[in-house]
Formats: sequence, C-alpha cells, structure tokens
Amino acid sequence: MANTNSISKGVLVDLTHCIGCRGCQVACKSWNERSVKETTMYGNFTNPPELNSECYTNIRYIEQEKDSQPVWSFIKNQCLHCKNPACVSACPVKALRKTAAGPVTYDFSRCIGCRYCMLACPFYIPKYEWEKALPWVRKCTFCSERIKADMIPACVKVCPTKTMFYGNYEDVLKEANARLTKNPGKYVNHIYGKDEAGGTSWIYLSDVPFESLGFDMKIPAKELPDLTWAYITKIPVVIVGVLAAGAVSWAITRRNKNMDREEKP
Amino acid sequence: MNSHQEIKLWTPLTKVLVGIMALGILIILYRLVAGLGAVTNLNDRFPWGLWIGMDVLGGVAMAAGGFLIAGAVYILNMKKYKPIVRASILNAFFGYVLAATAISLDIGIPYRIWHPVFMWQIHSIMWVVAIHVVLYTTTLATESSPMFFEKFKMEKAVKFVHAILTPVVLFGVLLSVLHQSSLGAVYLIVPAKMSPFWYSSQLPTMFLASAVMMGLSMVSFETIVSGRAFKHEINMDILSGLARGMVIAAVIYLGMKMWFLVKGPGIAAVFSGSMEGIMYLLEMVISVFIPIGLLATKTARADMKRIFAADILVIAGVLINRLNVAIFGMYRDAGVRGAWYFPSWMEIVVTLAFISFAIVGFKVSAKYLRLFPESDSKS
Repeated sequence: MANTNSISKGVLVDLTHCIGCRGCQVACKSWNERSVKETTMYGNFTNPPELNSECYTNIRYIEQEKDSQPVWSFIKNQCLHCKNPACVSACPVKALRKTAAGPVTYDFSRCIGCRYCMLACPFYIPKYEWEKALPWVRKCTFCSERIKADMIPACVKVCPTKTMFYGNYEDVLKEANARLTKNPGKYVNHIYGKDEAGGTSWIYLSDVPFESLGFDMKIPAKELPDLTWAYITKIPVVIVGVLAAGAVSWAITRRNKNMDREEKP
Repeated sequence: MNSHQEIKLWTPLTKVLVGIMALGILIILYRLVAGLGAVTNLNDRFPWGLWIGMDVLGGVAMAAGGFLIAGAVYILNMKKYKPIVRASILNAFFGYVLAATAISLDIGIPYRIWHPVFMWQIHSIMWVVAIHVVLYTTTLATESSPMFFEKFKMEKAVKFVHAILTPVVLFGVLLSVLHQSSLGAVYLIVPAKMSPFWYSSQLPTMFLASAVMMGLSMVSFETIVSGRAFKHEINMDILSGLARGMVIAAVIYLGMKMWFLVKGPGIAAVFSGSMEGIMYLLEMVISVFIPIGLLATKTARADMKRIFAADILVIAGVLINRLNVAIFGMYRDAGVRGAWYFPSWMEIVVTLAFISFAIVGFKVSAKYLRLFPESDSKS
C-alpha cells in the first residue's frame, strides 16, 4: 500500500456546520502547547480578536441579516496552507517549506526574522513573537507531526459537528463540489481557496457571501510566487546586458581617449 | 598636504549629532536585549516600519550616486565628473553600511544575518537583496579603499586597486542596477495588500528610475554643501550636468507613474481626499513636478540656487515614495480592526542616529582623506 501520509492532504471547512463552540481553538492550543494572551471585552465574541503568536486558530463570530432574519456565522480561521505559498517563496533561508503532505512548516534554526513571510502572506497568517529577544514566526502547522504519524489534525479531530472534512486533497475538493451540486441553493456558488492565491490546501463552503464574512476577495487567482519569479528570471539577462554594454562603452571611450592623446603631441 | 586641517570638526552641530548617536547606541543595545516589541511599534499587521522604509529603502536609494558617478567616470570616461567621484563613492559606502546595519537590527535574530550567504533560496527576492548588499558593500569598500591606502602610504595597494578599478566599477554598476530594482521587486508579491496607487508590475523599474533621480540629487546636494563648508570652488559645469541627468530620469519616471495611475486607480482618485490620495499627491509634487519645473530649461540649470532647491525636494520626495510603498500604501488593507503603525520615538531616534553617523563620518573623511583631490592645488 502506498504511504498515505505523503499524498497532499486538504481540509474542507463547511461553515454551515460550525456552531462556534471553539473546541478547535482549545484542541489547537493544547496540542501545540500554546499559552494565552490577555484580552478585554470589546463587543464581539471573537476571542482573541486576531490570531497571534500564541493562537494558531480562532473562530470569527459574525451576525448579519439574511431574508430579514438575524443569522450568525462562525468562521474557522487558520493558515490555509497554499499549494504554492507566497511565504515559502519569500523566505530567504528556506525556513518555511511546503511539505509533500500539504503542511507549510517552519524551521526556527534557519530563520533570521526578516518577516518577509508576514508581508508576503495574502491572508496575514504568520505572526511574530514581538516581545521576545529571540522571536519565532508562529502559525498553524496543519499538525504536520500528527499527519506524519497518520493521525488527523487536532482541530479536525475534536470538532463535534464535522465542520471539517479532512483527507487527500483530491477527495476533499471532490467532496466540496459534491456538496455544492447535491444541495442547490444551500451554499453560495464559490469554493473559497480553490483558486485564491493559486489554490490552498484548506478550502471553504459558505451559505452567506464570503465577502460578508471577512474573506478577502481581492486575492488574485494565481500563484503569487510567479510575480517575483518573473523578476528573478530576468536577472541573467540584466547581467549579460549591463556587462556587455559596459564593456563596449568602455572600449569606445578608451579608444577616444587614446586618439585624444595622439592628437596632442 | 593631503588633508583639510582647516575643517572644524567639533562644531555645535557635530556635538548635537554625536549626542543623538550616543542615545541611538543605547536604544540599539536595549533592542538587542529586550527585543523588537520593546523598542518599536511594529505589529503583526505591520511587520515592517520606519527602519525598512527609511533606513533601508531610503538609504540604498540615496547611495545610487556612487554607481552613477563611478560608471560615468571610469566606464563612459566622462572626465568632467572626476572631481566628485571619490565623494560619491564614499557617500554610497556610508549609505550601504548604514542600510546593512539597519537591516541587521531590524531582523528578529541579528546574529543570524549571515544565514542567506549559506542557506540559498533563489526563489526569494529577499535572498537576492541580501546577496546584493553583501557583494555591493564589498565592491564599494574596494572602490573607496585607495583613499585609505593613500592615507597610510601603502603605494602598492593603491596601484593594485587602480589596476582592477574598471572591472570593479562595472561590477558595481551591475550590482546597483539589480539591487535598486530588486528592492522594488520585494513588493511584487503583495498585489492584494498594497494600494494600487503604488503597486504595479513595474515597481522594480520605478525604484531604479527614482533611485537615479535621488542619487544624482544627493551628489549634487553634497557637492554644493561640501563646496561651501570646505570653501573650495564649486564647478557649475558639474552641477548643470547632474541636474540635466536628474531631469531626464524624472521625466521617464513621471511617464511611468502617470501610465500606471491612469491604468490603475485613475487621476480622479488622487483628489478624492483619501489619505492615500494626499500622500500620493504630496510625493509626486515634491519628487517630480516642482523639481522638473525648476530645472526645465538650460538657463535654469545654470542657477545654483534652483539646483539646490530641486536637490532637496527630490531627496525628500523619493524618501516619501519609499515610506508610501513601505507603510502608507499598506494602510488600507492592513489597517483594519484598530491595527495601525506609526514609528515609536525610539525608532525615530535610531534613524536620526544613522543619519548623524553619515554626516559626521563624511565630515571626518573630508578632513583626513583626499576626498576632493582636484582641490588640493587650489587651496
């Protein structure tokens, strides 16, 4: 039998299932041995209000009107583990890697702390330990160690409502498409993460428009590393061009200089 | 007599600058012990701030004069600019040393600054930038080394450097073209985050064009200031030539900026009253419109006062551009749910300390090294 944990994994988050119990938040903290950061009441249940270096996943609580009825949405929020991640291409020292099994992993021993990954990530996922003298970049690991051991991610395992469907990415995408076709009218006709940033290992289905839930719809449907790679591949051309142009102009001006000298006795 | 003993070092200005430097060193030590969070206002939504925007992006752009003048003199044989070549190279060397120091302090783990040299990732623009900083700082050190060798009467070393100078200068031109543009390329990966006022596929080219403007203005500014301070004759022919080059670069840059403005957010968006529109307008008026207006004609470019005013505007305007790219252009996307960034007083003091170091360092060099060899005979 083929080693199943080297096939790229994915997760479908079906937001219509989530009841906002935050079991995933607790399981994540426990598995990853994260501490807490103190927060204060600010009129919203989302807590902590943003992901931070101690919190790799949280539930966003959004109340809005649908068919003149108030409806709640609970949005599971964590690293989407892009197929070709901007953060991995940005990292100058290969501290971030996309593994064959799907998780984007981080190796502190290589990291210099330039934080280009944080800038490059279109989803604002990597967080920094600002308060430490030797800080780490922190983000969801897709429980890469658990996947290696053929276990399912902590948040997926603990979810009481099967909000998350975990499996080989191909099967996960198939499942998302199946749910869309089997339940006409239930979901908005979009799989968030199928194309965003060239595709992500975590994908979403929702019954209310994604933009109303804080999903960024501006993110282009292409792999972001291509944008910088287009520049890098031009570098050899620039090298040859500048050296050739420089050598030629130097030769010409030198000849002129010598001619000047000959003219003046 | 090789040095300018008449230059007074210990002036009230120098005392203030040294004071700022001392305070800056204390803050740097505190940053190393207590971490970035204790000293800066950086946060998860704004991972880069003043030190990247001003000290690194601005400092490197300011240093562009070094490769331009060295290239003009040693490759294109434009002898006219020979009197300012040493000062331009030394200025660039200071710019790069400061940018390298700033980036070393800005990264989370400064003692790992050498990692990119051994841990390659050729897909990363940051790796490309890091390698360029290392190579070009070495190149600038080589280019400026004859001044130091002369001081210590090491004639063989001077001869050796002069023998390899032309290829070294050409290598420096190449590295600069790549480095100036790659700093713009760093931001190619944030199409959804950066405001369309600044994001474009031609960010690298625009960074290069504006660095040429900045570099020439910086050299011109320095020539005027050091000419006055050290009381040697200021060559108007050199200043007019620099001004002409600056205007040509500015016109090209303006064309590109306008093309992407019309293609992107549109001209009307500039006047919508948004913070971005105001910052864009401020940047363009200061860096391009007024300087081009001041130096449009040949007679205008013979007027030192006009040139001096345009120099200051271009330097300030391109600095604003770098801050817009690094900080203000990110606000619309990153500045949600109460997230914000404005540099802390300690970030500002460290930046001022870097600038102070450059000024004092340049002054010391002018006093003790043959920075302006052509003015020797006249004094």
